[in-house]
Amino acid sequence: MGIRRSTVILAWILLLPAVLYVTVIVAYPLVDTFILSFTDASLKKTTNWVGTANYEKIFNGTFAEVIIRTFVWTAFSVAIKMIIGTFGAVMLNAAVPGRPLFRVLTMPPWIVPMAIGIFMWGWMYNGQFGMISGMLQNWGLVDGPVAFLAHGSTAFWATIITDVWIGVPMVTLYMLASMQAIPQDLYEAAWTDGAGRVYRFRRITLPLLIPAMITMSMLSLIATFNSFDIIWILTQGGPNGDTTTMIIDTYRTAIGSKKYGEGAARAVLICIFLSIFCVAYFRVTHRLASGEHR
Amino acid sequence: MSQPAMINRYRWYELVGIYAGIFLFLSFILAPFVEGFLVSLKPLGLLFSSPYRFWPENGSFEAYRTMWVSVPGFARYIFNSFFISTIVTAVVLLLVVPSAYAFARFKFRGSGALLAAFLAVNMFSGAVLLIPLFRLMRSLGVLNTYFAMIVPGVAFLIPSAIWLLRTYMMRIPRELDEAAFVDGASHFYTLRRVILPIAMPGIAVVAITTFIGSYAQQFIFALTFNSKTEYMPLPIGLYAYFGRQEVVWNELMAASFVGIAPAVIVIFFLQRYLVSGLTAGAVKQ
Repeated sequence: MGIRRSTVILAWILLLPAVLYVTVIVAYPLVDTFILSFTDASLKKTTNWVGTANYEKIFNGTFAEVIIRTFVWTAFSVAIKMIIGTFGAVMLNAAVPGRPLFRVLTMPPWIVPMAIGIFMWGWMYNGQFGMISGMLQNWGLVDGPVAFLAHGSTAFWATIITDVWIGVPMVTLYMLASMQAIPQDLYEAAWTDGAGRVYRFRRITLPLLIPAMITMSMLSLIATFNSFDIIWILTQGGPNGDTTTMIIDTYRTAIGSKKYGEGAARAVLICIFLSIFCVAYFRVTHRLASGEHR
Repeated sequence: MSQPAMINRYRWYELVGIYAGIFLFLSFILAPFVEGFLVSLKPLGLLFSSPYRFWPENGSFEAYRTMWVSVPGFARYIFNSFFISTIVTAVVLLLVVPSAYAFARFKFRGSGALLAAFLAVNMFSGAVLLIPLFRLMRSLGVLNTYFAMIVPGVAFLIPSAIWLLRTYMMRIPRELDEAAFVDGASHFYTLRRVILPIAMPGIAVVAITTFIGSYAQQFIFALTFNSKTEYMPLPIGLYAYFGRQEVVWNELMAASFVGIAPAVIVIFFLQRYLVSGLTAGAVKQ
């Protein structure tokens, strides 16, 4: 009994620095956000309680639209990331010469600081001189220059494509690792029985890959929901707010207009959504893990 | 000969299909870098002319010289990025190694819940908590210093680092600890002399992924918590090439490549560890 207690104390001593750090820098701000959301905090010296006024303001304004846009933006981005990322993993899983090199070449969007990749996309989207508009014109697909970031609908898709580009390496490498964790003897047994490549892929690879796909989609969902840099650098939420997601709107309100209280109310809503995703993620991964043991 | 060799033999049309797929996939991934590099070679006059030309006719490396002239402080931005990421990585390792050991080796009441709480922190990006973080940084008096970018940076990288390293440490056979224990070694001694040396590759992986994470996340903290030029990291420093009238694109792209070169070279040599770091989470635990 004495030994047990001392090891518990030791465990807590080892954990304490990290726990304290995260408490001060993450947990306390979370609580502070919640408190602030009921005040009119701003640059003014005085701060008053305003009850639920900030929340009422949100729901009377255009924020409902922003919430829907955020979900649509996130859903498309995650879906495209999963499709392209899994496609890349399937291709890179083929045992062809050059595979190690191809694997390294998928990494740059993930490794390079996000802002730099986004600047490059910003130039490619440029209407007058950018590559995409220029190529489309040279091939005669469009008549005049297309300023992708100047119009609502094209800006919406342009930001999604850039988000996909940054997220794909993670999906590809994760799915590739999951594919390589599938026991090789399954394939060999099927091969001995005369199963073709396509059949083996459909009947062995795909079914065994589904848990990894679910896990990755959920991780990707959470990361994408938090996405800030891409939209901020490319459009700052414009034109006319057509690429304004919840995070962008929160940033504009709180940091741009210095309305901390109203911004905090928005942040609280984001936190509620994130918590729901988080619980869903834990449940799903838990179920997947327990399913494997059965 | 052996089965694995036979099973992996492709027909010619399968090979064509696979290489076409890889080409398509990598084109998407690498297009911005190819275009960015070509832009860095083109003179501004060619850039701002239509119709669009893909190849840089009479291109030169001129922008790689003039970028240092138009933004004299550029070397400082690269240094700042490295400095911030290095300190962040060091602090994260210092905090995470003992915690990961505790999570890997001790089961106590609430350990599962605490681990879950750490994972939950991972789900909240710094962007959501910017308002209170801004107030916190202000009351700590560290706005517009390196600390404003280091302190929040560390917090959001701790969870995944703990998770990764814990997974790694759990694979180290318990018999090793027990043997040391029987010989009369304390827990601290065991951690230092038995676990740490064996866990070194795992720690290296955590260090690399933390460094990359820190390099990537600098943007938002630097944008919000720092306005002093001398502390700006690379991603914000690049805005110096956004002039009043127009962006000096060829220099911006040249500066981007110069700025990422050191990190990319280091990471290229360590990529083997990188993949294993990522897969540690994928291999079912």
